[in-house]
Amino acid sequence: MRRTRARAVWALHLAIILLLLGLQFVVPPFHQVMLARIMALAVYAIGYNVLLGYAGLMSLGHAMFFASGMYATGLTILYFGFGAGAAFGLGVLASAGMATALGLVTLRASGVSFLIVTMMFSQAFYLATLYFNEITMGDQGFIISGLLPPLWAGGRELAFSDPAVKYNLALVVFALCLLLSLWLTRSPIGRVLVAVRENEERTRLLGYNPLSYKLLALIVSGSIAGASGSIYTLMFSYVGSSFASILYSIYPLLWTLLGGTGTTLGPLLGTALMTYVVDIASGLTSSYLLLVGATLLILIMWFPAGVMGGIRARWVRWLP
Amino acid sequence: MGEVAAVTRLLETRALSKTFDGLEAVRRVDFRLETGEIRAIIGPNGAGKTTLVSMISGRISPTSGRVLFKGKDVTGLRAWDRVALGIVYTFQVTSIFKNLTVYENVALAAQRRLMTGALSRLTRPQRTLAEHVQAALAQVGLPDAGDRHAGSLPYGHQKLLEVAMALALKPELLILDEPTQGLAPEEIAALSRLIRALSRGVTMLLIEHNMAVVLELATKVTVMDKGDILAEGTPSEVEAHPDVQKVYLGL
Amino acid sequence: MSFEGHLFLALLEGTVTGFVLALTALGLSLVFGVMRIVNVAHGEFFMLGAVIAWYFSTMLGGFLLALVAAPLIVGGAAFLADRLVLRRIEYKPESTIVATIGLLYIIQQLVLTVYGPYARPVPAPVYFRLDFPWFGYSGYKLVVAGVSAALLVATWLVVSRTTLGLYMRATQQDREMAQAFGVSVHRVYALVFALGAGLAAIAGALVVPVQQAHYLMGLDALLMSFVVVIIGGLGSLGGTLAAAFLIGVSDGVVSVFFSPTLAKIVATLLVALVLVFRTGGLFGEEGT
Repeated sequence: MRRTRARAVWALHLAIILLLLGLQFVVPPFHQVMLARIMALAVYAIGYNVLLGYAGLMSLGHAMFFASGMYATGLTILYFGFGAGAAFGLGVLASAGMATALGLVTLRASGVSFLIVTMMFSQAFYLATLYFNEITMGDQGFIISGLLPPLWAGGRELAFSDPAVKYNLALVVFALCLLLSLWLTRSPIGRVLVAVRENEERTRLLGYNPLSYKLLALIVSGSIAGASGSIYTLMFSYVGSSFASILYSIYPLLWTLLGGTGTTLGPLLGTALMTYVVDIASGLTSSYLLLVGATLLILIMWFPAGVMGGIRARWVRWLP
Repeated sequence: MGEVAAVTRLLETRALSKTFDGLEAVRRVDFRLETGEIRAIIGPNGAGKTTLVSMISGRISPTSGRVLFKGKDVTGLRAWDRVALGIVYTFQVTSIFKNLTVYENVALAAQRRLMTGALSRLTRPQRTLAEHVQAALAQVGLPDAGDRHAGSLPYGHQKLLEVAMALALKPELLILDEPTQGLAPEEIAALSRLIRALSRGVTMLLIEHNMAVVLELATKVTVMDKGDILAEGTPSEVEAHPDVQKVYLGL
Repeated sequence: MSFEGHLFLALLEGTVTGFVLALTALGLSLVFGVMRIVNVAHGEFFMLGAVIAWYFSTMLGGFLLALVAAPLIVGGAAFLADRLVLRRIEYKPESTIVATIGLLYIIQQLVLTVYGPYARPVPAPVYFRLDFPWFGYSGYKLVVAGVSAALLVATWLVVSRTTLGLYMRATQQDREMAQAFGVSVHRVYALVFALGAGLAAIAGALVVPVQQAHYLMGLDALLMSFVVVIIGGLGSLGGTLAAAFLIGVSDGVVSVFFSPTLAKIVATLLVALVLVFRTGGLFGEEGT
């Protein structure tokens, strides 16, 4: 029973990755770029969900990790001429480092305090990107297109400006992070994370140190968020401080809530829905963020489980 | 209870004290527990029983004094490290993961024993784990409850689930805080049988208000009052003790 | 200008900022203290006050009327928000934060739609200059400080002397007990939420002649109020005042001698560290 369920879960996730692989050959170019963007940003939501959905910690400071990945990747390309691979690796490492440092300090706080503390640290980071504008070019940001040597695969040159390259880069990172999150949440560690979320005191007396598990969740979460920021930079060649602003901490919260907190596929679904809705709305009005506000309000008031959470509660009990 | 030479000391506290906001809940308690005992701690409310076992399990840290387990000083160890040594505590108010299935509840405990290296934290030893979980559930008489939500179990079964979780941790010392509280008479009888059966492999320390259960189960009884140990002995000795009768007159 | 001139300017600016900040933060602090919730939309109430002040000054009969209308309109809106949203989610801490983030964007974007993306000034209702040895200073800023001080005193009187204040304090001390004594906790919550929003709105209206009204001005007000409330201690009027002046003056000094951005970095880091290392957390009941 448990074994067949496990097979179904893995099959479902692989099928979705294959579906995304196939979609690029059938959708028109506009949607290909949209989907590539959605996959890159869904990685961010996946990272966020590891912390909120499994460890039960709500952060308002993930923009710091997302932007750390971006700046580490962008700045090393801009100033030191790093290649894409090295710059990406550094992006993930930088955000992992930030998450570790932040975790060691902030995990003393819990609940609402954790939320405010992460928001404050992230705001300080954002302000720092403005303050050091001689290096970061602040609000205006900088562009790395043309600086990045193309990738080579099988004797073929893969230029980052090519939409197909963007799409498949995003897909690879997305697939890896999705499977990582699935595997983590189904591992013994994932079980302990859920236990910490549900009842920290009891978990302690089952022989687990809750703090080290929360720290681990934060580091994984931050690193995945950084991977998202890093791949986004490689795909769209632009880095600016607006990606470190509080709006970019709220986005992954919104995507995760919409898709379904604590579900592995929720982040993708939430990101896709919201990105399309915001894209359509921003063509119609400059006040498109109204939708962000309204969606948050509607979700928290009437649908706190999100789309996948609702599907799981009503129809497909075995969804992870 | 005569073969003193054969028994070994499992647990010892030395001058263990706890003060809450200037109030002495436990006062310089020297407490000893031998391997294989079923020890009951009794006493009126506020006697310091839960505070004492909480310091033994590491839930709270003492104001002063030491805790020794198998001759080793564990005073500085946190609760989770004491669990790894074999000191397991079950809560007075059932504290299970109500939103998870019964299987997951016990698996959390069972996997703790299986997580020995870094690798075992990452992969799920499915089959071994399932065997351990099933064994613990069978031991407490809930072999078929695995897929149910823990919160949907009747209260008595939730208590049994607590015991199953404790067993899955493979304890050497099992602390049960008022295990029979809130149970129906037939459930109490079943739980007493279970505790007696388990005591062949595990030393038991229980806080209990139900004197019938204490008299039936305990090999030795410790009476606490106002943070001190008032008396200690076999159930019949303690029952006859004049101070104990005075304390318990109201009960 | 000499060093003393700069320092004096910094201190003066800091004091004026401190008064406005105290007023805004006091609103947040009351909501924090009595309702035990974090209102992320607080800065938007400040912004709404400023925008309403612009409308009243330019179209509807003047700035003084705006000072009365802004808190009433914004307080009414907050009252509704409490009834329709916060009560429905039962004031659960994390849900409330998500909901008030939602309100933040709804208010902000509605203002963007109606009012537009402009930063618009309002002429000060009073004109006079104070001449110091180093520079001349706008007299209106001192009026802002004076009015803020009067409102702070008035709020203190409401909290300490009126029946509503008594109910508020009772609810803050022990919600169940207050309810048992016949205090309608729901009504107290709605009124406190409205009062908090009203204070932010009047602070927003007061600064329009100095700062201009803009739809994004709420975020800064929110962050600075957070800083003040957290450093000043929860629901403590004296603490809020002291922190507002500390933050206002140090912000003024760092801004004049270094940069406003650096001042904000220091303030946010300070508040984060205070929150982490103060035992008891935000509401004095979290953690172990």
